[in-house]
Amino acid sequence: MLQLRYFASLRESLGIGDEQVELPDGVRDLAGLTRWLQDRDETWASALADSRLHVAINQEIVKADATIRDGDEVAWFPPVTGG
Amino acid sequence: MIRVQTEDFDAGAELERLRSSNRGQAGAVVSFTGLVRDLNAGDTVMQMMLEHYPGMTEKALAKIEQAASERWELTATVIIHRVGPLSPNDNIVFVAAASRHRKQAFRACEYMIDTLKTEAPFWKKETLSDGTRWVEQETSA
Repeated sequence: MLQLRYFASLRESLGIGDEQVELPDGVRDLAGLTRWLQDRDETWASALADSRLHVAINQEIVKADATIRDGDEVAWFPPVTGG
Repeated sequence: MIRVQTEDFDAGAELERLRSSNRGQAGAVVSFTGLVRDLNAGDTVMQMMLEHYPGMTEKALAKIEQAASERWELTATVIIHRVGPLSPNDNIVFVAAASRHRKQAFRACEYMIDTLKTEAPFWKKETLSDGTRWVEQETSA
């Protein structure tokens, strides 16, 4: 099982803040997982295509080739604007 | 010391806590307090909502404190960030560094707030007179 999370403007675009999914067959890295989510529909395809998005796995920022393992928490979010 | 909270903070009380817990080692305390502006990108801001990523936020702030402590000789550091609904002139963030000497404290304080702005998972959403918008990442300091 994967815990997926979406924040801020991305959460609003997708209409969902978090969900649990089974690790999809054949998905080994972040790029693969993102593509799998984009296959859901046009909203997901365009929202996750934004190259400015950051991704954290288990609450650490990662790059697109990061490995995905069962049990991971994966979060997508726009550039941060705190402070 | 790190705190992420919806409640307000008292910058004066935080500075006094740093002073009173200092056992004479630090000769300088430098702090930064961030406030909600009433104007952003030319528009009047009525309200602001601060969203964050609970869990990752605390880890990111701890990492920033740790990095500052490795880079400069600090006797204490504080990062407090508010979340939830805020109004113009409200406190948002408080960062402080205590050190034997002022230059280390100044640099560490600036490093912590600058790094927080680009690495800690917080997002601001503004309510304007004609709707809401997510704040874009600042390119200015």
